[in-house]
Amino acid sequence: MILLELFWTFFKIGLFTFGGGYAMLPMIQSEVVSHGWISEKALVDFIAVAESTPGPFAVNLSTYVGIEKAGLLGAVCALLGVILPSFIIILIVAVFYKKFRESKAVMGVMSGLKPCTVGLIAAAVLTMVGTVFWPDGFTTGIFTGPAFWISFVIFAGMVVCAFKKVKTPVIIGISAVLGIAVGYIFNLQL
Amino acid sequence: MKEKRNNILKLFLSFFKIGALSFGGGYAMIPHIQEEVADKRNWITEEELLEIISIAESTPGPIAINSATFIGKKVAGFWGAFFATLGVVLPSFVIISVIAYLLQQFNQYKPIKYAFFGIRAGVLACIVKSLYMMFKKCPKGIMEYILMAAALAIVAFLKIKAIYVIIACVLIGLAVSLIAGRRKKAL
Repeated sequence: MILLELFWTFFKIGLFTFGGGYAMLPMIQSEVVSHGWISEKALVDFIAVAESTPGPFAVNLSTYVGIEKAGLLGAVCALLGVILPSFIIILIVAVFYKKFRESKAVMGVMSGLKPCTVGLIAAAVLTMVGTVFWPDGFTTGIFTGPAFWISFVIFAGMVVCAFKKVKTPVIIGISAVLGIAVGYIFNLQL
Repeated sequence: MKEKRNNILKLFLSFFKIGALSFGGGYAMIPHIQEEVADKRNWITEEELLEIISIAESTPGPIAINSATFIGKKVAGFWGAFFATLGVVLPSFVIISVIAYLLQQFNQYKPIKYAFFGIRAGVLACIVKSLYMMFKKCPKGIMEYILMAAALAIVAFLKIKAIYVIIACVLIGLAVSLIAGRRKKAL
């Protein structure tokens, strides 16, 4: 049954994600994380893995969640699910794509979707801010603990790097090294 | 018949290469597609590629899958689409399967835990930047700002599932464009 569930969940994600990459995050959070299949923390970790390995984010993530939940067969089902909507829709659109491209209805749909996606990703980022800076919730107060301040400094530094057009895998590499160095220096208990 | 089978094999190999070499997915993939499919194989022109990308953007699903399916179908019909898509997906599938196994083995080690502690902050920074880029690229008007704010508030504070918000925004966009179209006709 888990196989069917994996397929169906990722089918929905494939069908309702427009544009690649992070546009998928809101659907992943509301369908996969809320399912309890992976934790919010594991999702952020996995985004780093997906960014440092080749291939589309969607394929990487569905394969990973599939394997975690039901082994190789689970990965196949999740991957099939995320691909199938695109595959079928493109096969249909390819036949009359000139009409599709000029269609007022398609343009209308996109005019609603684009701002919606921005808003949804902003909501996803808010959730992630919580996970990254307060992994254990607000138990120890909001701005206390070395872990919070270290995360915050790494985050701020990497925002600057990202806007200076440093490539994502490089940013991930730098923050991994920083994490290890500071972790040992302050002997963090994670 | 033989030529078609040959093309299908070439499609698979080209898209396998694209899948194996493009880090970051989405738009990072476009230069690789251009090189393989337009410059090297001459399957499509640069202009057609731009058209395909704009279609891939306005249909659901990852851009890589959409363009592989589309180009495959155009070059060699259904099986072309099938093998192009299989090719673009296969490298990720294999690599991630291995990594998932390794992560399960090693994620309790201290240095790995520390590394991911740092990485989480770095990844958040990358997502914030990409959110800013999307905001900059998005057309801006009263309707757009309202939809953005509404989508954010509804998911973040009311905890309603993203899927319902997406469906609602599709319907709103469609309705607004239909009403605007009618008004234009009436004038």
